[in-house]
Amino acid sequence: MDMELTRLTALELGAALKKGEASPADAIAAAQERISACQDTNNAFITPASPSPAPIGDGPLAGVPMALKDNICTKGVQTSCASRILGGFIPPYNATIVERLSAAGSVSMGKLNMDEFAMGSTSETSFYGPTRNPWDLSRIPGGSSGGSAAAVAAGEVWYAIGSDTGGSIRQPAAYCGVTGMKPTYGTVSRYGLIAYASSLDQMGPIARSAADCAAVLDIMQGRDPRDGTSLEGHYGGLLPSLTGDVRGLKIGVPADCFGQGLDSEVRKAVLAVAHVLKSRGALVEEFSLPIMEYVVPAYYIIACAEASSNLSRFDGVKYGWRSPKYEDLSGLYARTRTEGFGSEVKRRILLGTFVLSTGYYDAYYKKALQAKAVITKAYDEAFQKYDVLLTPTTPTTAPKLGESLGDPLKMYLSDIYTVPVNLAGLPGISIPCGFDSQGLPIGAQLIGPPLGDGIILNAAHAFQQETEYHKKAPAEKGGVSL
Amino acid sequence: MKITEELVDYVAILSRLKPDEEERARITAELEKIVSYMDVLNALDTEGIEPLSHVFPVKNVLREDAVEPSFLREELLKNAPVGDEEAFLVPKAVE
Repeated sequence: MDMELTRLTALELGAALKKGEASPADAIAAAQERISACQDTNNAFITPASPSPAPIGDGPLAGVPMALKDNICTKGVQTSCASRILGGFIPPYNATIVERLSAAGSVSMGKLNMDEFAMGSTSETSFYGPTRNPWDLSRIPGGSSGGSAAAVAAGEVWYAIGSDTGGSIRQPAAYCGVTGMKPTYGTVSRYGLIAYASSLDQMGPIARSAADCAAVLDIMQGRDPRDGTSLEGHYGGLLPSLTGDVRGLKIGVPADCFGQGLDSEVRKAVLAVAHVLKSRGALVEEFSLPIMEYVVPAYYIIACAEASSNLSRFDGVKYGWRSPKYEDLSGLYARTRTEGFGSEVKRRILLGTFVLSTGYYDAYYKKALQAKAVITKAYDEAFQKYDVLLTPTTPTTAPKLGESLGDPLKMYLSDIYTVPVNLAGLPGISIPCGFDSQGLPIGAQLIGPPLGDGIILNAAHAFQQETEYHKKAPAEKGGVSL
Repeated sequence: MKITEELVDYVAILSRLKPDEEERARITAELEKIVSYMDVLNALDTEGIEPLSHVFPVKNVLREDAVEPSFLREELLKNAPVGDEEAFLVPKAVE
């Protein structure tokens, strides 16, 4: 029974639990068995939990085991951001989404590994050691929500919550062959998400299908008075709206996202998505989006500027870790921060402080905010013509461990397809769309207009009605056996 | 643009970081490479374009003031690296 349970989607497990085909205890036991089998090799978890089974309540995901990225505050459970500086931090409150998921009957299997403070594209910058890709343990799972994607791919949980500031849900989902979605900015409360770049951060699901993602978003989304940027709106109903009908849907394919730097196998697999959707009645057209060369610099300037401000709160006084080596108050701050943060986090704090400093503010920070206006306008114009945009999620499939860290700039450039979606506040989903010749998963990204979350979910669902890529498990490709 | 070790020292002070000699040299070289790349933005004509902070026009969000329970002090102080029953403790900062 357990072997079969871990193969189900979250919605299938939810239905099996309702029908009594499996008990809540069976589901937890199946998850625990997988976590025990995988943790030593893939290191997806920082803090695994041992939940107790409870009676199944209402809702399609009630009783379904899941897990949370370790930058999401959980009352009474360590929330480390995979950083030494937050070691031992036990939040006295839950993030809003934790309350919402819990009210919908979710069962948390614990806290997932990530890049330190969500800064990275590899999940190697974690103070708790790197997470590995279940498809090939010599490779990274992507990042920063690498633990979330690896845990779902390895069958340890049925869905996981990640956060996405510049691609941190979509990129690891692509590398791990699972479906991951960043919803429209402002639709999911950020209360209790430890901030990286507040104007870009948004949490969302990583799961085995677009339908699972819709079900999770129906729980997560909603206005929250505790997050001033959360939007008023009509939430819920994404799952029942998935018809798979894409007749007449206008799909724009930006030629600028298929040029230099894109791996040819990735290009082929992503363009095949357009053909599948076309076969179901969608209209596909190529167009020009001539802003792509500016998205990475604009993103890193803005994200690092906000990070340098947000991370000033970590000073060894109020929570977390304090260096023992200090003589006075300013020494306490500097020693704690220098020893408590890893090198990628320090690099971004320094870069962010630089672009905000007197004399450089206009040339870098202000310029980046102007570029953001130009980029956002380019997407607005694209969405006057198209309902959905199709791009690759990443230029390549998952690199080997250690390949990316030596050259930070190269790592930043690999975020080119995902970061503009955050800059413009748009919804974006990565769906599995094939494998390269080494058997590694390829992801395609569908981007929607603001609040067009349902549109891209439905297009993704349509694709998954026609294809089986999202159902593949790593064992079939020589990864961790499922 | 040229990033000097002096500039890195200045930014490190503002950031409350204290990189050692080796880190300082490495960071200087890395920042120079990254900042030089950021300069591609100069090719983008942004004359007359208003900087955009927030993508959606969310204005000041106001609500009626209401008294709600606060966290218990002892709960919050449990997370302090050094504290007593009522305060976070730090080295003396004023003579």
